[in-house]
Amino acid sequence: MNPQALFECFSSASCIVTQMGTGLIVGSLLFLVAAGLTLIFGVLGVVNFAHGTFYMLGAYLALTAYRLTGNFAMAVLASGIGVGLFGLLFERFLMRRVYKADVLMQLLVCYAVVLIMDDVVKIVWGAEFLSMGMPETFQAPPFFIAGGVVPVFYVYLIAAAMSIALALWGILTFSRTGKIIRAAAQNPTMTSALGINTSFIYAAVFAFGGVLAGLAGGLAAPVRSMSPGMGFSILIESFIVTVIGGMGSVSGALVGALLIGLIRSFGTIGFPLFVEGLMFLAMVLILILRPNGLLGKDSRT
Amino acid sequence: MNSKDSKVLASPKRRLLIQSAASIAGASSLGFPALSLAQNKPIRVGMPTILSGRVAMLGQSSSNAANMEVEKFNASGGFGGRKIELIIRDSKGQPQEAARVARELVTADGCEILIDAEASSGAFAVHEVARDLGVLVIHTCSETSSLTADPKIRTPMSFRCARQGVHDAIIGGAYAAKVAKEKNLRRWMTCSPDYAYGRDTTAEFAEYLKFFNKDVELVGEAWPKLFQADYSEVITRLLQVNPQAIYSCLWGGDLTSFIDQSNIYALFSGKQFFSVNAADYAVLTNIKNVPLGLHSGNRYLQSFPNTPANTSWASSYQAKFKDLPLNWAWQNAAAVQFLTAAIKKAKSTDGKKIAQALEGLSIDSPFGANGKLTLRADDHTLVDYALAWGELSGKEPFMKSPVPGSWKQISELEVEWKKRKGYA
Repeated sequence: MNPQALFECFSSASCIVTQMGTGLIVGSLLFLVAAGLTLIFGVLGVVNFAHGTFYMLGAYLALTAYRLTGNFAMAVLASGIGVGLFGLLFERFLMRRVYKADVLMQLLVCYAVVLIMDDVVKIVWGAEFLSMGMPETFQAPPFFIAGGVVPVFYVYLIAAAMSIALALWGILTFSRTGKIIRAAAQNPTMTSALGINTSFIYAAVFAFGGVLAGLAGGLAAPVRSMSPGMGFSILIESFIVTVIGGMGSVSGALVGALLIGLIRSFGTIGFPLFVEGLMFLAMVLILILRPNGLLGKDSRT
Repeated sequence: MNSKDSKVLASPKRRLLIQSAASIAGASSLGFPALSLAQNKPIRVGMPTILSGRVAMLGQSSSNAANMEVEKFNASGGFGGRKIELIIRDSKGQPQEAARVARELVTADGCEILIDAEASSGAFAVHEVARDLGVLVIHTCSETSSLTADPKIRTPMSFRCARQGVHDAIIGGAYAAKVAKEKNLRRWMTCSPDYAYGRDTTAEFAEYLKFFNKDVELVGEAWPKLFQADYSEVITRLLQVNPQAIYSCLWGGDLTSFIDQSNIYALFSGKQFFSVNAADYAVLTNIKNVPLGLHSGNRYLQSFPNTPANTSWASSYQAKFKDLPLNWAWQNAAAVQFLTAAIKKAKSTDGKKIAQALEGLSIDSPFGANGKLTLRADDHTLVDYALAWGELSGKEPFMKSPVPGSWKQISELEVEWKKRKGYA
C-alpha cells in the first residue's frame, strides 16, 4: 500500500494525464465488450456467457484480415462483420432454442460453444499465441501532454470506442430500430402483438452484440497477444462492468467500464498489490448502495 | 442371419482359434512363449500435459519433441524389440485434472512410467500421484526449484529434466550485475506475473543481483496477474517510478503483449530490460519491434549452443512439425533420451531399476553446455545444460553474443542456497 504515492500523483499534472489516459483506454475496450453483453441481457433477458468468445474471434479475424490486406481499418471492419454474422448464427441455431429454458441450460449451451470455438481457433490458427504488431500508421512516438505520456494508438482507440458509444446511444434513443429494441426489451409480448417480428429483433440484437465484441477484439489486436481461451478474462471484467453499471443498461456499461479503467490505473499507483481487490470492492460497494447498479432500472417484472 | 449362415461364418473363426491354441501349446512345449509375448508388449509411457487453453503451446511443443525422440528409439529397434508407446492426455492446465489424468494413465492405460509435461501447478499434483502409485516420473516443464531441491518433496522415483529457477537466477543475477556495473544501473524495478513462479523467480533473481552488485537498489515492484490482457496501468506505473532497469519473468503471450504495449508508451527508451524468458521462438517471432537494451536468458535457441548437433536437432524438429522448437521441446526430448538410455543401462523396464540407472546418468546431448547432460544423483535434477544470457536483436541468431553461465559458479552458490533454505 502506498497512499502517499497516490497523493503525489494527484498533485502532478503529468501523472494525472498518464493515468487518466490509461484509465480511458482500459475502460473503452471494456465498454465495447460489456455493451454487447448488457444489450443482449437487456433485450433478451439471457446472459451470454459466450461473449468472451466473440471478442476472441474478433481478434483472430482481424489478424487474418490484416495479414491479407495490410490495412488495419479493413481488419477492424472484418472483425466486426465476421463476429456479427457468427452472433447471428449462434442465436438462430442455438440460443433461440433455450430462451425459455433454465439458466443452467443456457449456461451449458454457451459453455459448449466456448469450448468448441477454442478448439476451432486452435485448429485454424494454431495453439501458440499470435501477435499482430502495431500498424505502421501508429508507429509514432507517444504524445507528451503536460509531461504525461499518451500513446498515439490509444488516442485513436479511445476516439473509435467513444464514436461507437455515441452512435449506439443515438440509435437506441432516436431511431425507429432503437425504439423497437427498447420496446421489445420492455414488453416483448406487446411488441409482438403490434405486428413487430420480435424473433427478428432478438437475432439482430445478438448480431449487434457480436459486432461490438468483434470490433473490440479487432481494435485491441495490435497490442494484445492472441491465444485460444483469451476471451475468458475479459468476460469476467465485463460481468463486473455490467453489474456496476446496471444489468441491461448501455449507458451504465459506459460509466462502469470507465470507472473500472480509472480504478485500475490510479489504484496501481496507490495500492499496487490490491488492484484486483479494489475492482471487486467497488462492485461490492455499489451492490450494497445501489443493488440494481449505477444506472440500472428495477428488476424486470 | 439364419443358422446356416452363422455356421458358415463361424467355421473359419473356430479353425483359427484351434490353430492359435495349438500353436501356443506347441510353442510352450518349446519353452519360449513368455519371451515372445514380452517382446511384443510395448513399454507404455504416460504424458499428462496442457493441450488446450492459453498454454496449449506448452503441451504441443512438449508432445512433438517427445514423439520425435520416441520414434527414433522405436525405429532403432527399441529395447530388445519392445517399443515405447507414448500416451498423451490433456489436463487443460488444471492441477486436479492433471492428477486425475496421471492416475488414469497408470491405473487404466497401464503406463509404467510418467513423463510429466505439466506447468508447475500441475507438476506438484502429478508428483504426488506418482509417489502414491510408486511409479517413475520425470518432470519436464516445472522450473520451480523446490520440486527437486526440497528433500521433503523429492522421492527416489522422481526426477526433473528441465531448467531450474535457481540456476537461471544465479546466472541471470551475475550477468545483470555485470551489465549494471558497466552501464551504472542503480535503480531497478521488477514486473512479474503474480503467482508462485513469478514471485519465487523474481525474489531469487533480485537476491543474486544484489549479491553480485551491492550498489543496486530495488525501487518498486509491479505484479500483473497471469494472462492479464492489458498492461497499461503497470506500464504507466513503471513510467512514474522511472527506474534505470527493469526485470521481468513474464513469459509467452503475456510477455509479447507487455513489450508491444510498452513500446507504444516508449517505456524502454533509455532503460535496460532484463527479461529471462524472452529468448524463446514463440516470443521472438511475435514481438514486432524488439526494443534496444533487451537482455534475456536463453530458453531455446538453435544458435546456442552453436554446435552442429543442436542446429541439426532444431532443423529436424522444424522439418517435421513446420514450427520452431520451444524451451519445453528440448526438455522433453532430453527426458526421452535419458529414459531410453536408462532402460538400456538397467537392461530392464522396471521403474525402480530405471530410477537407479537415472541417478547420476550422463548422456551425450545437443542441449548440454559441453555436449553432455547429467541428472545429478543427490537431488535428481538436470545440470550441465546450456545456459546463457545476452542482448537480443529482432532477427536470427537473435542473441548475437551469448554470455555462457558457469556451472562451477552455479554449483557453489546452489549449495549455499540449499543450506539457507534448509534443503541441505
